[in-house]
Amino acid sequence: MRHILSLLLENESGALSRVSGLFSARGYNIESLTVAPTEDSSLSRMTVVTTGSDEVLEQITKQLNKLVDVVRVIDLTDGSHIERELMLVKVRAIAKDREEMKRIADIFRGRILDVTDKTYTIELTGTGAKLDAFFESLDQDAILETVRTGASGIGRGERILKV
Amino acid sequence: MTEGQIAELTGAEIVSRCLAEEQVEFLFGYPGGAVLPIYDELFKQDKVKHILVRHEQAGVHAADAYARATGRVGVALVTSGPGVTNAITGIATAHMDSVPMVILTGQVPTDKIGEDAFQEVDTVGITRPCVKHNILVRRAQDIAPAIKKAFHLAATGRPGPVVVDIPKDVTLNSTKYFYPKTVSLRSYNLVTRGHSGQIKKAVDLLMSAKRPMIYSGGGIIMGNASELLSQFVRALGYPCTNTLMGLGGFPATDPLYLGMLGMHGTYEANMAMQDCDVLLAIGARFDDRVIGNPEHFMAVDRKIIHVDVDPSSISKRVKIDVPIVGDVAEVLKAMLNCIDESKSSSVEVNVDAWWKQIGVWREKESSKFAVSDEVIKPQSVVQTLYELTKHDDVFVTSDVGQHQMWAAQYYKFDRPRRWINSGGLGTMGVGLPYAMGVQFAYPDATVACITGEASIQMCIQELSTAQQYSLPIKVITLNNRYLGMVRQWQEFFHGNRYSESYVDALPDFVKLAEAYGHVGMRIEKPSDVEGALKEALALKDRLVFMDFITDQEENVYPMIPGGKGLSEMILK
Ligand SMILES: Cc1ncc(C[n+]2csc(CCOP(=O)(O)OP(=O)(O)O)c2C)c(N)n1
Repeated sequence: MRHILSLLLENESGALSRVSGLFSARGYNIESLTVAPTEDSSLSRMTVVTTGSDEVLEQITKQLNKLVDVVRVIDLTDGSHIERELMLVKVRAIAKDREEMKRIADIFRGRILDVTDKTYTIELTGTGAKLDAFFESLDQDAILETVRTGASGIGRGERILKV
Repeated sequence: MTEGQIAELTGAEIVSRCLAEEQVEFLFGYPGGAVLPIYDELFKQDKVKHILVRHEQAGVHAADAYARATGRVGVALVTSGPGVTNAITGIATAHMDSVPMVILTGQVPTDKIGEDAFQEVDTVGITRPCVKHNILVRRAQDIAPAIKKAFHLAATGRPGPVVVDIPKDVTLNSTKYFYPKTVSLRSYNLVTRGHSGQIKKAVDLLMSAKRPMIYSGGGIIMGNASELLSQFVRALGYPCTNTLMGLGGFPATDPLYLGMLGMHGTYEANMAMQDCDVLLAIGARFDDRVIGNPEHFMAVDRKIIHVDVDPSSISKRVKIDVPIVGDVAEVLKAMLNCIDESKSSSVEVNVDAWWKQIGVWREKESSKFAVSDEVIKPQSVVQTLYELTKHDDVFVTSDVGQHQMWAAQYYKFDRPRRWINSGGLGTMGVGLPYAMGVQFAYPDATVACITGEASIQMCIQELSTAQQYSLPIKVITLNNRYLGMVRQWQEFFHGNRYSESYVDALPDFVKLAEAYGHVGMRIEKPSDVEGALKEALALKDRLVFMDFITDQEENVYPMIPGGKGLSEMILK
């Protein structure tokens, strides 16, 4: 099962490597990992997308909690939540393909950020699944370069992760 | 220094003050460029006694053993670069066995970090996977808070080693000094008292068990809970087994004791673990050397209660029915109160049939070995040592291999913190430095190091340290001229192909001991074992190196082969 873990950690040098080191040392999967400071400059917020059985997820959560720099851990997938990821894709857009590219970008509510006579650079946000779907609908040979941020997540409604 | 008084001190002075503040008795270390300012301060004070070892690995091991034997935090000091890399084995060993330690490491000056400076290693990076926590101190004013935090983290919760890495310029800069009285960490909250509902549930389960079993580990020793465990086990009259790390947690001479369990555990302990209907695991972690194959273990229907201070130890390898997170001593106290209450109300279930079954298993006498007049049986050396010293307060350290298992099987530990060995990492070479750490803590006690001719050579240089500080350790080498445990596995699982397991060109240990200024003895005949041990034990103020030439191809039994289950022991 795919899980999205949200963490608050001390904004200290080395905190990120403690988390990533834990995943590699114990053989847990990381699909993506994002981290940035929060409005409280002493804290960073991290989102880790991982996969594993319930037992594995229980261990991951316990092991993360054991790290001295980790302040809080929740599994967003335990409740309703919002997941967003940003992707930038540079595609080849020449002649008759130009129209088709624009049409697909529109369908996925992508925005064209940069245009040359041979390329478009498209920005897209959404869930991981939506970004994957966008990829699949493109002519694979037309994809020149892609960059994805990895998912960020937040709980819906009153559910708040704070210290 | 009293509170309120604030003086400007150099970072190095602060380090020395902090150690005094923590009442550090011994600092095991080895100097080098990056820590010279700290050594200069150590020279000027007399509160902390520095012990000069001959290799940083041994320094960390000695500090580790001091901690295991006393329950206090062990402290070591090493220089940057090679000092740190030499210390890693010691740190990882302590980490695997949850030993409270603080390791101070020198670092190149802050402005040189990352430049591949002379004797630079990324200490925080290299130690990260084998410490409870580590801290790189960047400013002189951060030294005292970092050291305070390190001692706090090392000693509380599930204990472990903490590294404090201090760049040289930080030790030379001056700042105002005061030692924090307390530490508060929002990300480090300790659970001490177990959940009362779970405790009640656990006791009810135990009281209704027909085939109960109690299994305890190193957590009982580290958590200072052996007295409470003994009360608890005796109140119930249930069988109890200890892991290798837990020996002495419950008295080995108590009739309720079934011996050690696990890969080289007794037949009765392993069978009772497998066949019980309610299992209480306390301060133990169901590791692979203890329960063998988890699938085989879980194929039997039983209820498991697991008490541990570390939530991540619970349901890691086996599924737990009643998890209780808490300090083992606190939980045992609460459980004892609970039995008193439920004893008066509930009907007692009879466990006589279970004890009868255990009696049948005991009749196998799985620890029995063939005696000989020709050649010294290694087991008999340990047995004789036990008989000669059982009325004294003796500490036994060990290395890793067959001798370690024989020491664990045949020396009966009735008290905690008397058996000091590397259970988790299985580090050859710990025996002698462990004996040093213990002997510093208890100068008048008998400290025996039961070792192998291969293991002892991994830290043999410490015979020099033992000479410098007049440590009267009794080194008992069970010399089988083989990497015995390796040879045993090759005999069992690799068709008798003894690949590189023969220890060739052994030194003359008697002469070697004498060269270091100690007493050396070689014992070759079974009839000489007792006399030699008596003679050595009587030499109260000398290190005696005893080289017992033992049966070369003796094996450790019982044995659960790797990947097999508890009831699949090889007995002979
Ligand atoms: C540092 C280290 N290297 C290798 C091993 C693997 N190992 C385990 S036991 C053993 C043999 C130990 O031989 P010895 O000390 O003579 O003890 P014996 O088994 O013969 O009693 C070896 C090589 C280890 N545990 N530690």
